[in-house]
Amino acid sequence: MLLKKLTEASGVSGNEKEVRDLIKHTLEGYVDEIKTDRIGNLIVHKKESNPGGKRLMIAAHMDEVGLLVKDIDSSGLLKFMPVGGIDKRVLVSKTVSIGEKKLPGVIGAKPIHLQKRNEWSKVLDMDDLYIDIGATSKEEAEKHVSIGDYVAFDTSYMEMGNATIKAKALDDRVGCSLLIDILKSDIDAEIYGAFTVMEEVGLVGAGPAAYQIKPDMAIVLEGTLCYEIEELDSHQMPTLLGKGPAISLIDRTTVYDRALRDQVVKIAEKNDIPYQYRKTSMGGNDSGKIHITGTGCTTTGISVPTRYIHSPLSLISKSDYDNTYKLVEAIVKEFEKGAI
Amino acid sequence: METKDLLEILSNGNGVSGFEFNLKNEIIDAFGKYTDSVRLDRLGNIIAHKKGSGNGAVKILMAAHMDEIGFMVTDIDKKGFIHFTNIGGIDPRTILAQEVTIHGKEDILGLIGSKPPHLQDQSEQEKSIKMEDMIIDTGFDKEALSELISIGDSITVNRKMISLLNNRVSGKAMDDRAGVAALFETMKELEKINHHADVYFVATIQEEVTMAGALTATYGINPDIGIAVDVGFGRTPELNNSNSIEMGKGPGVLLGGNIHPGLRKRLVAVAGDYNVPVQTNVWPGPSGTDARAIQITREGVPALVLSIPLRYMHTSVEVLDLKDVSHTAKLLAFFSASIEENEMEGLLCF
Repeated sequence: MLLKKLTEASGVSGNEKEVRDLIKHTLEGYVDEIKTDRIGNLIVHKKESNPGGKRLMIAAHMDEVGLLVKDIDSSGLLKFMPVGGIDKRVLVSKTVSIGEKKLPGVIGAKPIHLQKRNEWSKVLDMDDLYIDIGATSKEEAEKHVSIGDYVAFDTSYMEMGNATIKAKALDDRVGCSLLIDILKSDIDAEIYGAFTVMEEVGLVGAGPAAYQIKPDMAIVLEGTLCYEIEELDSHQMPTLLGKGPAISLIDRTTVYDRALRDQVVKIAEKNDIPYQYRKTSMGGNDSGKIHITGTGCTTTGISVPTRYIHSPLSLISKSDYDNTYKLVEAIVKEFEKGAI
Repeated sequence: METKDLLEILSNGNGVSGFEFNLKNEIIDAFGKYTDSVRLDRLGNIIAHKKGSGNGAVKILMAAHMDEIGFMVTDIDKKGFIHFTNIGGIDPRTILAQEVTIHGKEDILGLIGSKPPHLQDQSEQEKSIKMEDMIIDTGFDKEALSELISIGDSITVNRKMISLLNNRVSGKAMDDRAGVAALFETMKELEKINHHADVYFVATIQEEVTMAGALTATYGINPDIGIAVDVGFGRTPELNNSNSIEMGKGPGVLLGGNIHPGLRKRLVAVAGDYNVPVQTNVWPGPSGTDARAIQITREGVPALVLSIPLRYMHTSVEVLDLKDVSHTAKLLAFFSASIEENEMEGLLCF
């Protein structure tokens, strides 16, 4: 199962190797060119049988949020800093996987019995937390862990509920998986796939990727914000689970091209694919760099609604995945026909 | 079966206070291998009896509770999200973004949802979320979910035991399945040595909420000595030395009003004789263990508490050192073997 392998691989921003190798291995034999660029992006070229058309870039980022070991204390406990946007409140009482050898560790907390009255109402700062690997001294811990080791959440992929999927890092392995599916399909189109690095720490990989590809148009595939816990008005819910791919309007990094967006909507309607708009201006994605690289290009953001992103757990609906694939496939076909 | 294997089965298993029956087969099977008889009492305690050479003239009860903290379903809302409350003492900060299992008609996987940081305003991450404001997302809608679970079903955090460095393991219910595992190892130790006293090993119910199990099991057995085998606060940087014990340095032997001083003296002496490391922990009044119930059952029972050092108690990543489990078992076995009928009066004299 591709999405299982993708989400269970560790790829904290700056440390995407395991994910990159997996994608490379998966695509071998299906595409015309695969190369890793100078900063770690994986650039994949799928040629059309009748070349000469315009260049389409489809991007998905390989990295995920996680932690980085910054110190080992005298008792052998590991202090860490966040990589990417993490709510410190989701870290307590979790298991993690450290470094290349995936050493197991736990983030514990003070027993409730020894807390002062209402101490639980105070949030634990990242600096108060640490990872316990069972070491009894700094020297012992240093045999297994180094400062700078990346730490990933330790969550397994599982299907649950009514055709939903639970995993870590669905932001944006779900985008990687969709892009792989497109590249492996028999669509006859000139496609440049960009599996980018370090999106979560400032859209680092996307600009250089776009610079090399020089696309006429780009599609950015994401697992995006979906939040339905609180009783919110529908205009405050960024996306809804199970209601189809979310088409971006605006976020912190891009005002999406209106004409392209309208065309995408028309394609969805023509093909009877359910869709929704991404109704928040918060967050951002690789489009922010892609659309302003070189002389610029129009971009569209297509996302699978993903609950609880940037935490150890995330959740998507299989129907959203399937409908997102259908929409992207239809866009690629229209692009190939020159209709976009 | 190795003690570690039993601990893994038990910690991965599910038995929130009041729902311990999920574990009964595993414990009965394990206890049955090294004792003369095992029975389930009316409240669900598992009582194993190992006869000594003294024909029951002295009876020692060892209790470890098999229940764990957890949650209970209180509502399913119109979006299909589960609302829940805690059973036992739980810090709500430890459950956000946690994977759980709801034990309904079948086991259903759920996620305690969190708000993505992108949608939070700056001050929001400085506020701790109350349990009543959290939900469990199962990926089912209300209609489908209502067929599978109902209000009152128990919920546990999904956590498989993992091995860390140095014989240390982490799991969700070491408190007090570690104690149950220590009892199991004690039985095995007692196979090797002659003991005068009859020993009753009890896996008790509901220690985390009412201590109902220890109370009724003690009444039924009517022991001469009662020992609670539980967990103690393992030392970490945020705890004072005065209220924690070190990992890997043997069980804490509790000192205080809940403890019979004469028996404790014997226990410490036995530890010295057999080179079993022990530590001292202190609690002035009734301890937060089964010994609290044991001590005041019938006309009163002289009690002891052994505490296996445990880090991050009542979280889903409780850490212990397996060496401490075996130290505890050795001490319990040697202590039991040291008790003779004819010295009881002197031993219990204040």
